[in-house]
Amino acid sequence: MVETPAPTFQKPIAGETESGGIGGILVRPEKLRAEVRNLSFWYGDFLALKSVNLPIADREVTALIGPSGCGKSTLLRSFNRMHDLYPGNRYDGEITLLPEGRNVVGPQTDAILIRLRIGMVFQKPNPFPKSIYENVAAGLRVRGINRKSVLDERVEEALRGAALWNEVKDRLHDSAYGLSGGQQQRLCIARTLAPNPEIILFDEPTSALDPIATARIEELIDELQQHYTIVIVTHNMQQAARISSYTAYMHLGEMTEFNATKEFFTNPRHERTQQYITGRFG
Amino acid sequence: MTSEILTRATTASSEQDEIVLVGRARRRDAIFAGLGLFILFVAMAFLLALIADLFVDGFSRIDMAFLTDFPSRRPERSGILSAWVGTCLVMFVTAMLAIPLGIAAGLYLEEYAPKNWLTDIIEINVTNLAGVPSIIYGLLALGFFVYLAGLGRSVMVAGMVLALLILPIVIVATREAVRSIPQMIREGAYGIGADKWQTMWHYILPAARPGILTGAIVGLSRAIGETAPIITIGALTFIAFLPPAPVQPDFPFVNFDWLHAPFTVMPIQMFNWISRPQAAFHVNAAATGVVLLIMTLGMNAIAIWIRFRLRRRIGL
Repeated sequence: MVETPAPTFQKPIAGETESGGIGGILVRPEKLRAEVRNLSFWYGDFLALKSVNLPIADREVTALIGPSGCGKSTLLRSFNRMHDLYPGNRYDGEITLLPEGRNVVGPQTDAILIRLRIGMVFQKPNPFPKSIYENVAAGLRVRGINRKSVLDERVEEALRGAALWNEVKDRLHDSAYGLSGGQQQRLCIARTLAPNPEIILFDEPTSALDPIATARIEELIDELQQHYTIVIVTHNMQQAARISSYTAYMHLGEMTEFNATKEFFTNPRHERTQQYITGRFG
Repeated sequence: MTSEILTRATTASSEQDEIVLVGRARRRDAIFAGLGLFILFVAMAFLLALIADLFVDGFSRIDMAFLTDFPSRRPERSGILSAWVGTCLVMFVTAMLAIPLGIAAGLYLEEYAPKNWLTDIIEINVTNLAGVPSIIYGLLALGFFVYLAGLGRSVMVAGMVLALLILPIVIVATREAVRSIPQMIREGAYGIGADKWQTMWHYILPAARPGILTGAIVGLSRAIGETAPIITIGALTFIAFLPPAPVQPDFPFVNFDWLHAPFTVMPIQMFNWISRPQAAFHVNAAATGVVLLIMTLGMNAIAIWIRFRLRRRIGL
C-alpha cells in the first residue's frame, strides 16, 4: 500500500480506546429519519454485526466506511432486509424508522413492505434485461401502477431526477444494456427514485465506474439529499468526505466512531479511525 | 514495483529457458487444436454421409402425393399422411404437457424448494430419469396409462409418455437457465419491493427464456424421433384414416376426440416399411426419414432463431 500524506488532525489521546459516547456515537443529528439500536446480525454462526448503534439524519447523506469485512455492507443490507433472501441469517436488535417507530428488522415486519419504502442502489449497475423505460417503471408496476399516463410522467420525472433524461429520452424503448456503465448506474438510481422511497441505500455505487461517471453520481447524490435520506457504503474515503454529512467507521462488526463528517476527518478520536483514514491499514 | 525489478534481475539469465517454455506451451495448444479439428471433421463427415445417403435414397420419392396419401399395400401409392399428422398431434400433446410442467418443476426446485434431503433425492432422481431407457417409459405407459387408466392406445397416451420422457430435459434446462441469471438481477427485483411471484414471473423467467426454450426444443427434437415407447404402448403401424379434426363448425368449435384416436407416427411408419421385403418400401422409408429430419432441423432452426431474437431484444 502506498503511503498517503497524513492530513492535519490532532494526535489521538494516548491510551484512549473508547472514544467516548455510547457505541462510538459522538454526535447526535438534530432530526432523525431512522435509528439503529443494538443491532446484531448473524450469517449462520458468524456474528457479523455486534450490537451496532447508528443514527440516520433526515435528508442528509450518512456514509459508512471501514476495511473489507467490517460489516458496513451487512449493516446497509439490513435496512431493506436483503439478508432475508438467503437462509440462515438472523437479526437481533432494532432499526427504527422515525417518526412512527416501526422496527425494520422486527419479526412482525414484512420485508417486502420495508423494501417498498426503502430503495437500494447496488455495487454493480444491475438494470433488468428490459427497455430503459421498463426499468424505471419496474418499481411502479410492482406497486400496481400500470396506467400509461401516470407511468410516462413518473418515468420522466425519475430520469430527470437521476440526470439521465436528456441522454435517453429518444431511446426509452431500447434495451438498458446498450447504456454505458455510468448511465446504467444512473438508470438504477432512476429506478429507485421512481416510487419515491423514504430512504435510499447506496452500496458502493461507484466502485465499478470510471472517475468521470463517479463524479456524476456523486453530484447526483449531493442533489438527492435535498429530498431523500441517504445511507451510502463506500470504500473511498475521499468520496465519504466529499458527499456525506455524517460518517461512521466500522471495524470487525463494531461501530467504532460516528461523527459529523468534517469533524470525523479532521479530528478522529479513535486510534483505529485515525489509522484507517491516514491509510495505515485497511 | 521495486520488488518486481529485483525478481526480473535474478531470473534474467534464464531467458532462453523461458523461450523454450513458451514455445512448448504453444506447440501443445497447436497439437490439441489440430486433433480437435480432425475429430470434428470425422464426426461431421459421418453425419453428412448419413444424411446424404438418406437424401439420395428417398428425396426423389417425396412429392405432394406422398404427403397426402395414406399408406397402402402398393409402395408406389403409399404416403405418410397419417404418420405426419399423428406425429404433429403427439408432439402437440407432448409440448403442452412437458413444457409447462417442466418449467414449473424446474423453477420450484431451483427457487422455492427448501434445501433438505427430500429435495436432494428429488434432484438426483430427476437427473437419473434422463438416463432411463425410453422403452422403460413405454412399459410404464402401457401398464399405467393404457391398462390401468384405460386410456387406450391413443394420441393422448403417446403424448403423455413422450412428455414424461423429455420432462427431465426441460426441468434440467429450466434449472440451469434460472441459475445462470445473475444474482444481482434477483436482488434488484427484490430491492424495488417485488415479491417472489413478481420476481420470478417478471424478471427471472423472462431473462431465462432463451435457455428454457432451447431445452424445450432439444427435448421435443428427441421426442419426435422416439420409436420404442410408442411401439410398446401399441401404436398401430397401418393407419388409413385421420383422427377427428380438432376444430369443428358447430359449438364449441373445438373437439378433443382426436386425443383418444388411434394413431401412427413417422418413426413407426419407417420401421414398418423397413421391415418389408420390397425394395420400393425401403425407398418410402428413406423418404419418411428425410421428412422427419427436415422437421427436426426445422424445429432446431426455430429454436435458434427465437433464442437469437430474445437475446438481442433483452440485450444479454
